[in-house]
Amino acid sequence: MPLIETRALNKRFGGLHVTNNVDLALETGEVHCLIGPNGAGKSTLFRLILGEHTPSSGAILFAGEDITALKSFQRIRRGMSVKFQVPGIFKALSVRQNLEIAMQHHYEPAHLAEEIDRLLAFLKLTADAGRLAGNLSHGQKQWLEIGMAISLKPRLLLLDEPTAGMSPEETHATGEMIQRLNAEGMTVLAVEHDMAFVRQVAHKVTVLHLGKVFAQGSIDDIVANEDVAAIYLGQTTAHATAHQQPGGLHA
Amino acid sequence: MNALTRFLHRLEGPQTLGRGPAFWAGFLVVLAGACAYPLFSDGYTVGNTVYFFTWIFMALGLCLIWGYGGALSFGQTAFFGIAGYGYGILTINFGAAYGFTFVALILAVALAALFAALLGYFLFFGRISGVFLGIVTLSVTLVLERFMAQTAGPEWRIGNARLNGFNGMSNMPPLTLPWPGGDIVLFPDVQLYYVVLGMLVVVYLGLRILVNSPFGNVLVAIRENPERAEMLGYDIRKYQLGTFVIGAALAGLSGVLYTSWGQYITPSSMGMTAAALPIVWVAVGGRSDLTTTLVGTVTVLAVFQALTIHGSQYALVVMGAMLVLTVLLAPSGLILALARLVARPFTRRENNNLRGDA
Repeated sequence: MPLIETRALNKRFGGLHVTNNVDLALETGEVHCLIGPNGAGKSTLFRLILGEHTPSSGAILFAGEDITALKSFQRIRRGMSVKFQVPGIFKALSVRQNLEIAMQHHYEPAHLAEEIDRLLAFLKLTADAGRLAGNLSHGQKQWLEIGMAISLKPRLLLLDEPTAGMSPEETHATGEMIQRLNAEGMTVLAVEHDMAFVRQVAHKVTVLHLGKVFAQGSIDDIVANEDVAAIYLGQTTAHATAHQQPGGLHA
Repeated sequence: MNALTRFLHRLEGPQTLGRGPAFWAGFLVVLAGACAYPLFSDGYTVGNTVYFFTWIFMALGLCLIWGYGGALSFGQTAFFGIAGYGYGILTINFGAAYGFTFVALILAVALAALFAALLGYFLFFGRISGVFLGIVTLSVTLVLERFMAQTAGPEWRIGNARLNGFNGMSNMPPLTLPWPGGDIVLFPDVQLYYVVLGMLVVVYLGLRILVNSPFGNVLVAIRENPERAEMLGYDIRKYQLGTFVIGAALAGLSGVLYTSWGQYITPSSMGMTAAALPIVWVAVGGRSDLTTTLVGTVTVLAVFQALTIHGSQYALVVMGAMLVLTVLLAPSGLILALARLVARPFTRRENNNLRGDA
């Protein structure tokens, strides 16, 4: 049974068909990257899974349970967690307090402080615990939010461009962290543009284009796929259409 | 660390200014001064001071809703009025014997809280926020004012209590403490002063504990980033509703105390001017902190009182000017800015760390 599954998921904004019959399934323990050119519908699919948008039709299943009608916070409580693209942190509060808010209901009050210390050390933010989160560097903000997201001990971690704005070193370190979390059993779905990062972490890659699943496979399959290269270059050559994937591009 | 000490530890924390022996020594000095004050004054002046105190509960309630929760509500006066009228109707009908006035106080505050729960349910579960929350709550208080203003006819009565339209309801009994050997009637004098001062201390300390608790953590998280708060698994609507109801109950307490203080309440207590004043008190003091709100409210009320005595028609204009100046010069509040200025030499120069670590 897949951990998360979308079945014939559709989302229309007026006449705009942003998510078009998307079937996506992640097995437990999988690291799955979602790629695609701008406007492919990656963020919308994310928000549908999170419950921030209601689908026009279709269903979303989490560990076999139909969660399509659940509110966001209920989905989080069932074992999802998310890191947003723009760091979603509490800027006017201290770093420590950010983590406290995330963790206060997941740990015994007597052990909360030491658990926060442990996570701060893991995030390399111990020296910054007292600083306001809004004053951290961009990379540190990203790490802080990842810390908040994983402190919920989710079964499924959703990452929306986790490495946006990070240096190559920070990106690599983030990739290593994701691999470590995955080794402990966490399933990960990430929207990502950085192909080096995708190559580092992904077991499986799905390419979205114009709201549809355009291609799916290992990173090597995707890189070798000329149609995928074509949509990224923004051209629909005769060659590309001739080799179209099922459910692919209709330009 | 057992549960009680952890509870008391929440008197100070990241959500409140003031910590350590110096702050609490200062707190005790101010409290002792407040307790000793009637010894150096006459009953009439002390009675007038109570009048200031009655408003502070409403201001602290707004501080909780707006400063901590980030929801600007103009509706505090609606709950103030509902509780004030509620107290009047109850006590005019059932009298003041056997300490009933305090039962009436609790019932009237509960009525305001119930109304807030109903209104808040539709607001927060309907995901209304920002400027629209302000518009709806302002409309509610203005509608209540208009409604009460047209109840002049004799048919508008509940039991023995005439609502009396724009002239307002009067002659309800003041708060009365049952006491062996004769009830103590709390006229605006020294006795009432001590009762209200006691309530004020309890409410202030209680709110400090609340905002430094896990509940308060979620509250400021919602103010900072509601989406993130929800994506940590919190049903933010429930937290917002709870805060709204607590704030409304405090406004209701102000309404009851005000009504029993002057034995009088009118629809204009829910009008436009009345609705705007709590915003001024809380904004000028510094809405993001309970202590600055308290100090700010007392200061602004004292200035307002002095102005009303010496040049009545300009008092409201000055209030407006004060709000504009605050927004332009010290958006987080004048008292808060002052407190930071005073505290600066004493705090370690950690980079941009305004409040320190928990």
